[in-house]
Amino acid sequence: MKVITANRLLNGDVVWLAENGSWVERIALAKVYDGKEAVAEALAEGLEAEKNQKVVGVYEMDVAVEDGVIVPVRLREKIRATGPTTHPELGKQAQAVSA
Amino acid sequence: MYRYDEFDASFVNQRTEQFKDQVRRRLAGELSEDEFKPLRLMNGLYLQLHAYMLRVAIPYGTLNGRQMRKLAHIARTYDQSYGHFTTRQNIQFNWPKLEDTPKILEELAEVEMHAIQTSGNCIRNVTADHFAGAAADEIADPRPYAEILRQWSSLHPEFSFLPRKFKIAITGAPNDRAAVQVHDIGLQLTRNDAGEIGFVVFVGGGLGRTPMIGRKVRDFLPEEDLLAYSEAILRVYNRYGRRDNKYKARIKILVHETGLEELKADIEAEFEKIRFGVLRLPDEEVRRIEAYFAPPPLEVGNATSDAVEARKASDAAFAQFVAHNLNPHRVPGYTSVTLSMKPIGGIPGDASDKQMDVIADLAEKYGHDEIRISHEQNVILPHVKLDDLPALFDQLVAAEIAEGNSGLITDIIACPGMDYCALATARSIPVAQRISERFGAAERQAEIGELKIKISGCINACGHHHVGHIGILGLEKKGEEFYQVTLGGSANENASIGEIVGRGFSSEEVVDAIEKLVDTYLGLRNGKEETFLEAYRRVGEDPFKEALYGAA
Ligand code: SF4
Repeated sequence: MKVITANRLLNGDVVWLAENGSWVERIALAKVYDGKEAVAEALAEGLEAEKNQKVVGVYEMDVAVEDGVIVPVRLREKIRATGPTTHPELGKQAQAVSA
Repeated sequence: MYRYDEFDASFVNQRTEQFKDQVRRRLAGELSEDEFKPLRLMNGLYLQLHAYMLRVAIPYGTLNGRQMRKLAHIARTYDQSYGHFTTRQNIQFNWPKLEDTPKILEELAEVEMHAIQTSGNCIRNVTADHFAGAAADEIADPRPYAEILRQWSSLHPEFSFLPRKFKIAITGAPNDRAAVQVHDIGLQLTRNDAGEIGFVVFVGGGLGRTPMIGRKVRDFLPEEDLLAYSEAILRVYNRYGRRDNKYKARIKILVHETGLEELKADIEAEFEKIRFGVLRLPDEEVRRIEAYFAPPPLEVGNATSDAVEARKASDAAFAQFVAHNLNPHRVPGYTSVTLSMKPIGGIPGDASDKQMDVIADLAEKYGHDEIRISHEQNVILPHVKLDDLPALFDQLVAAEIAEGNSGLITDIIACPGMDYCALATARSIPVAQRISERFGAAERQAEIGELKIKISGCINACGHHHVGHIGILGLEKKGEEFYQVTLGGSANENASIGEIVGRGFSSEEVVDAIEKLVDTYLGLRNGKEETFLEAYRRVGEDPFKEALYGAA
């Protein structure tokens, strides 16, 4: 299973592709794609958004869904989804309550 | 000290204006990311894991209070109130917004700073000994030469698109604190029999995935030939350096594949063509630039200070600080003080905006307004009166930058690693923090003595792990962090690349493994004077291997 991720062009925030082509700041709200075609289509949608100055650095990444929660497979993406492990007061982990 | 001349000022302002317009065009959709990326990189703006990152050059690691205060202001206003000093004597801001960067560059330009040539396949920020202009063992201040090289290399049209990035380091002392032998060009100031200044020249050093110690190509390059010879090296590299494979594009590979003798001959041939041309350095020009770096007026004092001795007797932390964080100054009565950016359990090289402000104040008050950043990620006040040490120390304690651990096991170099870096394969900082905590007790560190641990979060080796007495490289294995340990590396005048000691360790195991290595050393050393590196070079890796993996 995959999600599509990128950074917002303007402020660099980590975002994921969600319903209706919107980009969300919490991985919990991302849309999960299964199967080659669905992923390719989603990636194309992401690249289109890069052309339209919404985001930058679009790529697909592996996730697992555990008890209904989207969890990145790789440590790199786990850290990207939360913030630096050395600075619990920074990044997404700091705004954990407000989705 | 060096001040930009008018040429620099107008050039930097122009560049800032250009970048402002490029950002506007990017945001308006007139530039695609593919078009914009090289432009932002030319201005030091990277995209990292969580955000953009802006890398600001601190040429040869030298700055003053006003500039440091500006860095504090930028951290506070546009970032998350801290900055990170790197192994290239730069500072990185980890959370700037794209829309703010033109403004940040404008603010930097106000204090003669910029982010030019901190990225890309050009000649990067020239680095130098952080005790330059102050050290007792110095032959001459290396910074005027670093500055001459900077002016020559800035926007050099022929060398803007090299096969790969190109790093130059220079030291003015026989004790190499600038790691010159692991740079593309390393320069070591020296004198010939006639007493004239020149350079020992090394070419093709470097770390990364293929670590190599630089090869000596000249025992004595006369001062006047510095630029012509550098140009000759760059021309040969530009012509023959590989462009087919990014991983084989650095000059070290060219040296390796061509062979030293042939390459040397190529360089000398090129040099002969241009040595009497426009690049010949006239004596007046060197002396003119040297004047910018004229040392502050320092009155000769006593080699020891009663105030320091009295305080040492009554304050163990102060005694520890004095024992480790001072470097002998060429003027009696003065010393160069290392402010430790390595608090126990802290993040190597990070400084808060408040700390930066304090450093600026202290530099102005006690240090003739001079500050240096070391490639070991610490901050130095190069000219401090011995008698001022107790007062200075008290203020460093209050700012939490007074750890007396310079050169000790907790003075760890660590790259940002996977907590920030898009290229990382594992985290570096948390490993540094845990090692620092494990060995943090003052007596224990002092007992272990000089021991340089260097940690990188991937094969690119920004944390210089290859030249750590103990090096740690973070990799990924089956989705888990995994750390490879090397022993016996060194970046000084007797440089060596560390050897992999055996299979790597999980994140849980790695600190225990380091402790075993340290205990093994303590058990076999010939007294306290024999450092870890000396002991390792004497006995070889076997006892260490055995301690880690059991008898073979
Ligand atoms: S060594 Fe690797 S992980 Fe560390 S800063 Fe360099 S590129 Fe990033």
